[in-house]
Amino acid sequence: MTSAASRLRVAEEAGVTRIEFVDRNILDEANIQQIGEEINRIIDAEPQPRILISFDNVDHLSSAALGTLITINNKIRSKDGQLRLANIDKQIYEVFVITKLNKLFQIHETVDQALTSFT
Amino acid sequence: MSSAPDRRGNGRARGAPSKDVFQKRFILAGDERDAADAQRALLRALEEHGFEPASRFAIRLALEEALINAFKHGNRNDPAKRVTLDCRVGREAVVIDISDEGEGFDLDAVPDPTEEENLQIPSGRGIMLMRSFMSEVDFHPPGNRVRMVYRRPGAATG
Repeated sequence: MTSAASRLRVAEEAGVTRIEFVDRNILDEANIQQIGEEINRIIDAEPQPRILISFDNVDHLSSAALGTLITINNKIRSKDGQLRLANIDKQIYEVFVITKLNKLFQIHETVDQALTSFT
Repeated sequence: MSSAPDRRGNGRARGAPSKDVFQKRFILAGDERDAADAQRALLRALEEHGFEPASRFAIRLALEEALINAFKHGNRNDPAKRVTLDCRVGREAVVIDISDEGEGFDLDAVPDPTEEENLQIPSGRGIMLMRSFMSEVDFHPPGNRVRMVYRRPGAATG
């Protein structure tokens, strides 16, 4: 078992698991791996996960972080669940647009908009 | 304006703002702290040279991706191998050279991550991000050396 502090803040809201990152920079490979493992545990615990990831305070992310988000998205879809992303900084959103991942993910400007988009 | 060496001085070209140029070589082992120290030094130099947050974001992202490529795909995380990072930060441009001790790679064999069928593949976006955020990215054969140039928006090219 790892004793490392959680890299996530997790809250339940109207049947949706809302996740925020502790780190402002999601670059470090060890951190990204830990984030992936923590979110995977959340997905495993839900029969049909409804997950909202809010990017409050996130200033940077790398392609490795994008890879983890894609893996998470694939896993949620395989369980017939739903994933929403929200509150993404303008420059980071550009990374999603350049990589065309804005087509793969459902991205909302605000947490409230994302919450109302769950079906 | 003359570019002849200053005979009274130490040979520095007259008028050349060499004190305004940050230039440094880092020899990096696989230790993440090494890379983090180098990145911090470069980011500080960018701030001191007045590069805007958007420029610092672009350069930091490209540097991160290039270093990950060098350590992971180039040196295959071999702790005996090193990555050499040369940075030059001037008023108008930033030049970053990175080389690893790997065998290189075939740039043409890297699939386009934005193709519909590749969107759900979790890897393969690093080079694309480097190219998108920097002014120039050139891989030198056999592919274990890359030069990235960032020109300050509005700066003259060439």
